[in-house]
Amino acid sequence: MANPLYRKNIISIPDFSREELELVVETAGQLKREPRNDLLQGKLVASCFFEPSTRTRLSFETAVQRLGGTVIGFADGGNTSAKKGETLADSIKIISSYTDAVVMRHPKEGAARLASEFSPVPVINGGDGSNQHPTQTLLDLFTIRETQGTLENLTVAFVGDLKYGRTVHSLTQALSLFGARFYFVAPEQLAMPDYICEELDEKGIEYTIVGSLDDVIPQVDILYMTRVQRERFDEADFKKIQGKYVLKAEMLKNARTNMKVLHPLPRVDEIHVDVDATQHAYYFEQAKNGVFARQALLSLVLNETV
Amino acid sequence: MQYTRTVEALKEGTVIDHIPAGQGVNILRLFKLAETGERITVGLNLTSRHMGAKDIIKVENVALTEDQANELALFAPKATVNVIENFEVVKKHKLELPDTIEGIFACPNSNCISHQEPVKSFFYVKPQQKDTKMKCKYCEKVFSKDIVAVVR
Ligand SMILES: [Zn+2]
Repeated sequence: MANPLYRKNIISIPDFSREELELVVETAGQLKREPRNDLLQGKLVASCFFEPSTRTRLSFETAVQRLGGTVIGFADGGNTSAKKGETLADSIKIISSYTDAVVMRHPKEGAARLASEFSPVPVINGGDGSNQHPTQTLLDLFTIRETQGTLENLTVAFVGDLKYGRTVHSLTQALSLFGARFYFVAPEQLAMPDYICEELDEKGIEYTIVGSLDDVIPQVDILYMTRVQRERFDEADFKKIQGKYVLKAEMLKNARTNMKVLHPLPRVDEIHVDVDATQHAYYFEQAKNGVFARQALLSLVLNETV
Repeated sequence: MQYTRTVEALKEGTVIDHIPAGQGVNILRLFKLAETGERITVGLNLTSRHMGAKDIIKVENVALTEDQANELALFAPKATVNVIENFEVVKKHKLELPDTIEGIFACPNSNCISHQEPVKSFFYVKPQQKDTKMKCKYCEKVFSKDIVAVVR
């Protein structure tokens, strides 16, 4: 029997069942332990970056090549036919006719869903505007499972910009399938959006909105940090909150021994460099895991069985 | 004055009654009723015992479908839609919110891909206790129905 993700489009985390998320995480673990260089043998994957994102692109292209596949594509959509007025629908029809799968990033929300309607081969969303970035969530889940040994019933704090952080929204949705409980630590202006809180209420998931980072540190298994962008505030408001969402090594004294600090990177100053040397820092390993999570996804989408 | 005298009886067609006052013109535009070329009688701000003021639309020779009637439910949930044949009501549509709604309203998110591509807009309709929410299939943003269900 084919695996449930075979030939599926990977557009948005809410499309995934709990079992499908577990399958990706499981497969990523296998590929990290025992690397394979044959799973994408003979497969050609299009890597279409209608907006540049070096980090995501390199991670995807590494994943394809490590598995023995080849990549065509472009790194900056500014030079392509989109600028000449070609619709995304037309571009995708053509590119998908050359390849076995299309990985894409696009500045407009909904671009990947739309592309999947015009592509006979699977489309994998590498980020569509402020909407979804499912492979980031999959690598986060994989990292959480790797560090905690389970995805079940974990306590997770999200810190920083919870309003605009799409990675935070998707990860919250995904973890709520596994009975997580949450702490949200954010300035009022960047609080978790109502629609996410309403979804959690509907599912009966427990969450607490907390003012101070210090209070949650001893309570959690995962401390997920994000960047608070200065541009989101006027000068006076920024002064008030500045420093409140910054993690320093000394704050980790009472943390649980299993607690890990994650961050989607790049960080600026929200995690002090002195945290890097603590046993809790795991964000660089998390970034490395992006390649394994993407390998797992590509393998499952392009092979009946892995 | 009673509307039965202001708006004459209809032989064949559809009567949309009990439209909240002010929505009648929107409905005409949205459903492109004038483009049918059929004779249309519109009553605006008529007196209603239950609603205070209401609008009414009569379209000759056009029978509104179930789907169209359900789309109406989004912004005139208490409207009644009666299909008339030979001066008799042959069908009273019961308005029910549709599960999805396609191609009628533009997505309020200006950065949504649906605006510049060869696709119809598409929303999932989610009735909630206080408000009906609509989720765009493409950008996945969720809006209150009052933000989506407007004529642009
Ligand atoms: Zn939209």
